[in-house]
Amino acid sequence: MIAIVDYDMGNVASVANMLKRVGVSDAILTREPEAIRRADKIILPGVGAFERGMRNLRDFGLIGVLNECALGRKVPVLGICLGMQLLASASDEGEGAGLGWIDAQAKRFEFASESPLKVPHMGWNYAIPTRANPLIPAAPRSRFYFVHAYHVACAHEEDVLATSEYGGAFACAVNRDNVYGVQFHPEKSHRFGRTLFEGFVSL
Amino acid sequence: MALKRIMPALLFDGRALVKTVRFKDPRYIGDPINAIKIYNEKEVDELVMLDIRATPERRPPNFDMIRECASECFMPFSYGGGVRTVDDFGRLYKLGVEKVIVNTLCLTAPEIVREATRQYGGTSVVASVDYKKRLLGGFQVHSTAGAKTKRGLVDHCRFLAEELGVGELLLYSVERDGTWSGYDLPTITEIGRAVSVPLIACGGAGSITDIRAVLEQTPANAAAIGSMAVYQKKGMGVLINFPRRDLILDEAVGEPA
Repeated sequence: MIAIVDYDMGNVASVANMLKRVGVSDAILTREPEAIRRADKIILPGVGAFERGMRNLRDFGLIGVLNECALGRKVPVLGICLGMQLLASASDEGEGAGLGWIDAQAKRFEFASESPLKVPHMGWNYAIPTRANPLIPAAPRSRFYFVHAYHVACAHEEDVLATSEYGGAFACAVNRDNVYGVQFHPEKSHRFGRTLFEGFVSL
Repeated sequence: MALKRIMPALLFDGRALVKTVRFKDPRYIGDPINAIKIYNEKEVDELVMLDIRATPERRPPNFDMIRECASECFMPFSYGGGVRTVDDFGRLYKLGVEKVIVNTLCLTAPEIVREATRQYGGTSVVASVDYKKRLLGGFQVHSTAGAKTKRGLVDHCRFLAEELGVGELLLYSVERDGTWSGYDLPTITEIGRAVSVPLIACGGAGSITDIRAVLEQTPANAAAIGSMAVYQKKGMGVLINFPRRDLILDEAVGEPA
């Protein structure tokens, strides 16, 4: 069973629909620690601010069970958008620690005022994998839909799974052991997103 | 750099999808969910849906229908029509709408739009600008719901981007709507020079050549397609369809397909 963590950080129905589309019949939207504990895969989606995301996870009593699954039992976890940033140790966007499963800091995009690049980075962009992996193939080139003002800067280069270009390369996907995070929205990215979910489901 | 986008612009009348010509004579097209399923297959970059009767009929957005559409969309979903309060914005984002489109509200209650861009971020708010030729030359802002502004078209666009903080403009030529006669390249170019936010060109798409032209020759970041996405050909029957992205976007627009 796949648990999609519903912690009041945006609409998650399209993640559930995309899973259905790739043939997963037992995904559930949940904020019950017990349900998450029973899951053999966990998806942590989310749109919004870092601090509120962590506060909601704490208020729903989910941090303990998430740590137990991800770090203790090595259950595959996929963080999406804000969910990816929560995997980091901290964020410039707010006070307090993240889950800290990836040694990284979420930083705001900073461009000169005359730059044509806007913050947030919004729209479709390519993701170039740094190594062979089950989520993002090198060919054909995958494009994904992004909306974000902060990006995850990894302390260890080997944690970067894929990069995108936006005023320079940034980590659009991270991975360490069983923990995966993607900055873009695979649930809004057609077959590229389908391929990603298929890869995650098959882990 | 974010890639250029091509998207269907679907018109909804409260019950079904329709298509207009010059904003008149809405013709029945069909059920939105069926159309969305086809656009999923066609891998469109984004989906724009405008409820063109909500504001004139003083009706709120059809939230149930929007929820259903948003969860069927495997691409970003932008919705406009009947949005009147800051709460409406919040409710639409909760249903899974990526971007809320406003038009009349920018004329009748700009402070609400400003508050929405402040609370939810400019990139989640698109201002749609319907415009048409003025009798004495130049262009004016048009409102189906009858709202008025003293600002000229370019000034109005500047006002939306700079004063209200909207993240994107949907420029919709009333005269070209449903005519298959090509985009209004000069006006889009002029507005592109005046504002720094991304532009979606709408009204007039009749061929792949038209779409390429607007993306190559003007500052538009996106091309919206109405008739071409719902009819087989000009003057022919309904057919939900979409041109192949890789036939349009390639080196010519600085983007290897």
